[in-house]
Amino acid sequence: MDMAQPLPFVLDVPETPEDQGSQEPSPYDESEVHDSFHQLIQEQSRWAAQEGLELQQRARGATGSGQHTLSGSEGAHSTATLRILASMPSRTIGRSRGAIISQYYNRTVQLRRRSSRPLLGNLVRSARPSLRMYDLELDPRAQEEEEKQSLLVKELQSLAVAQRDHMLRGMPLSLADKRSLREKSRTPRGKWRGQRGHGGICSCCGWLRYACVLTLHSLGLALLSSLQALTPWRDALKRIGGQFGSSVLSYFLFLKTLLAFNALLLLLLLAFIVGPQAAFPPALPGPVPVCTGLELLTGAGCFTHTVMYYGHYSNATLNQPCGGPLEGGQCSPRVGGLPYNMPLAYLFTVGVGFFITCISLVYSMAHSFGESYRVGSTSGIHAITVFCSWDYKVTQKRASRLQQDNIRTRLKTGVRWRNLGSLQPPPPGFKRFSCISLSSSWDYRCVPPCPADFSIFSRNEVSPCWSGWSRSLDFMIRPPRPPRVLVLQELLAEWQLRQGPRSVCRRLRQAAALGLVWLLCLGTALGCAVAVHVFSEFMIQSPEAAGQEAALLVLPLVVGLLNLGAPYLCRILAALEPHDSPVLEVYMAICRNLILKLAVLGTLCYHWLGRRVGVLQGQCWEDFVGQELYRFLVMDFVLTLLDTLFGELVWRIISEKKLKRRRKPEFDIARNVLELIYGQTLAWLGVLFSPLLPAVQIIKLLLVFYIKKTSLLANCQAPRRPWLASHMSTVFLTLLCFPAFLGAAVFLCYAVWQVKPSGICGPFRTLDTMYEAGRVWVRHLEAAGPRVSWLPWVHRYLVENTFFVFLVSALLLAVVYLNIQVVRGQRKVICLLKEQISNEGEDKIFLINKLHSIYERKEREERSRFRTSQAAVPPTLFTDERDA
Amino acid sequence: MGGSGSRLSKELLAEYQANPFKERICRVFSTSPTRDRLSFEDFLDLLSVFSDTATPDIKSHYAFRIFDFDDDGTLNREDLSQLVNCLTGESEDTRLSASEMKQLIDNILEESDIDRDGTINLSEFQHVISRSPDFASSFKIVL
Repeated sequence: MDMAQPLPFVLDVPETPEDQGSQEPSPYDESEVHDSFHQLIQEQSRWAAQEGLELQQRARGATGSGQHTLSGSEGAHSTATLRILASMPSRTIGRSRGAIISQYYNRTVQLRRRSSRPLLGNLVRSARPSLRMYDLELDPRAQEEEEKQSLLVKELQSLAVAQRDHMLRGMPLSLADKRSLREKSRTPRGKWRGQRGHGGICSCCGWLRYACVLTLHSLGLALLSSLQALTPWRDALKRIGGQFGSSVLSYFLFLKTLLAFNALLLLLLLAFIVGPQAAFPPALPGPVPVCTGLELLTGAGCFTHTVMYYGHYSNATLNQPCGGPLEGGQCSPRVGGLPYNMPLAYLFTVGVGFFITCISLVYSMAHSFGESYRVGSTSGIHAITVFCSWDYKVTQKRASRLQQDNIRTRLKTGVRWRNLGSLQPPPPGFKRFSCISLSSSWDYRCVPPCPADFSIFSRNEVSPCWSGWSRSLDFMIRPPRPPRVLVLQELLAEWQLRQGPRSVCRRLRQAAALGLVWLLCLGTALGCAVAVHVFSEFMIQSPEAAGQEAALLVLPLVVGLLNLGAPYLCRILAALEPHDSPVLEVYMAICRNLILKLAVLGTLCYHWLGRRVGVLQGQCWEDFVGQELYRFLVMDFVLTLLDTLFGELVWRIISEKKLKRRRKPEFDIARNVLELIYGQTLAWLGVLFSPLLPAVQIIKLLLVFYIKKTSLLANCQAPRRPWLASHMSTVFLTLLCFPAFLGAAVFLCYAVWQVKPSGICGPFRTLDTMYEAGRVWVRHLEAAGPRVSWLPWVHRYLVENTFFVFLVSALLLAVVYLNIQVVRGQRKVICLLKEQISNEGEDKIFLINKLHSIYERKEREERSRFRTSQAAVPPTLFTDERDA
Repeated sequence: MGGSGSRLSKELLAEYQANPFKERICRVFSTSPTRDRLSFEDFLDLLSVFSDTATPDIKSHYAFRIFDFDDDGTLNREDLSQLVNCLTGESEDTRLSASEMKQLIDNILEESDIDRDGTINLSEFQHVISRSPDFASSFKIVL
């Protein structure tokens, strides 16, 4: 603690020379302790013969009890033992500078893997005799620390500059200490180099290089800080984090991630599809319709024949004036510059965009999985709650108090559960709950059945599931055993009373309720899907409705309302079912919401690719699908707006004015994130048919960010449930990857490989499928000559041949399998190490106890000898000898 | 931040007013003899530890020292009970009852005291911290 001050470390105990024996342990008198320890071990051989029997018995008693324990609390030990305990390396590292330095010295040595140099522990001990001579003149603590420091400096000097800086930066020392270490480790090196250089030129060069490095470094720092200032929404995110903590912040960070994905996709599409097409605009088929303003909602009208939609893009090679379709051989392929084949560019850009998105999604998912699920990370929920739950970002008094309330609730529930679990020993038939399920699966709402209630049951009325009670009644009436057994039996019976009804009757009821609610929710999802299907069929059948633009908005509106209303319905239904854990409840809600959205989207996809393609035979069906997706996106945004307005603002006003409640509505993170995922799925579905849809999505996300932020700050309060932010963001990324992105990719693959593009518009108008464009191009290349003959070869053997696909997937499976095996092996090693550590701990306790007994014995001997020869030996000499 | 002689700006003060560990943080980072004020360099130390770029090692080291109320290098039962009181609020109606506190501390020691010596030392503490992915993001101060 007192890292920079030369004053010795004192624990409120005045350091007086006469009571050195009873002095509190100080971190720096390791040398003394070591010496006394050495002395002690030497003496031990002498004492061993005398004390033999007692110690052995003690040890046997300790092993007999199964686990070693420290004999009593630490207060029972003598001060000498305490001092040794306090100077154990594992305890000094937390507070003393010397210990930190020696630890980092050892690390540096390990880093360099130079085995010739001994570790610090050995070195210090070997240097001890010479040190002991100076004990009288010099302060041993300062001496030893200096020694360690000089060793560390030497080690640091032999490292490379970058490595040294890295090492220094990683040391938990104060700035002044680090600076002095750095200065010390730098100057001799400079001299050394100067001597070797034999003159001014080289040192001048070195100096110049140093200056250059320094300038570059400071430039980099300046750039970094300016980048940090440019980070979007720093202040907004800080405010949210400060008021609501990490859990709500994770929603906004997720939104930011989505923005990044969309921006990446949009950049690609703009550069390779939209830009070239806008540079070479084709002749418009007819007069441009006048914009009425409704187009912003419907996406039709004057937007139809623009770069917004698939139909606008040409099927020609763009920068060749002769144009013509792909088969056109009248143009020589390379007249000036590369020909820009629009269909190919369209196909490749969308494909590459999806591929990059896929890679980055999978990467970020794997990264967050690695962070949030470590091996053996499921145990120790109390320690983690106490050590890691405080959010240092929180800056407001009110938020801080809320956080304290949350933590208190969690701790209390956890403790109560453990009380239940630990007080009653479980009978043989019942499984003991694991720690994590005990603490996380408890909810205040479910109080355990109170045992007092059951005293009203008479013996005749006991139902089969109260068998435990009846048995204990038997014992009560005519006790055939000694009383102690009876008490035990009662305890067991009480346990069964608590467990029994819960395990049979209540569990049945629970299961029935759970099944019913699931059935109802699935029924809701199915009903929504059927409704969407019927409604869309109706829209196809009625020709008069298709004529008006406003009628186009009906289907998105219906779907949006279903999406908005059904989760609320599921939430009401979920109130019926009993849940033991809030975490499970959240996952359940997410799962149901997801199923609903998937059902609706699946129906819509079938409707677009299955039905519309058939119905819109003579028209551009791709344009229609693109417009439809645009409408869905816009409608989703509008409904989010309304939901925020009514669900948060109006609800808060109502609950404040009418119901006189102090509580604001909670921000439902899970539902909001699912809305985001749904919107993103729509955007991905539409990329092929409307290349500018990511831009629309970006605008939408930006607006949603500001609206949600404003509403959150004004209307909401932080959720009261414990929310594992990193676990949940992992789950959300997984959801974004697995059903959302994968579904969109399957949809697009089906559209590219299977569906015939419409004949009158778009880049693929002459082809059977969109994928034909690639094949046609390969054939074209084959005809072009031998120079690019490897491309057709690659195409034939790697793309069309299924063997390659099988090979890749087999390799992937093998990698996954190997990883699983590696993790399993690591788990085994961890188990072994844990066992070893607990063994070591027992050894340590054994040694401490032994040490303690030796000291005790010594003290006793001393006292008796003191009594017998009081006049002969002055007592101070004794203590001096021992403590020297 | 506790000390009357601290030379800190108003904005920074706002970051700490709500923090129950403010006195501890000041004590840990201060190098003055009385340990109640922060010099500019101490302040830089503080910011670098609470910044985004600090390694988890450093963060857990300083977290350990913040939680070590009696500065003796280990977390013993008194440290843990003070820590829990800080987390739940110091006042009479908010703190845990004595039996709850005892049970909680027993649980914590059972979960994290690997060598069973009745206290939690730095490496055991870091072991616990390494299992909590949220720690690095919550042990952070955004300016």
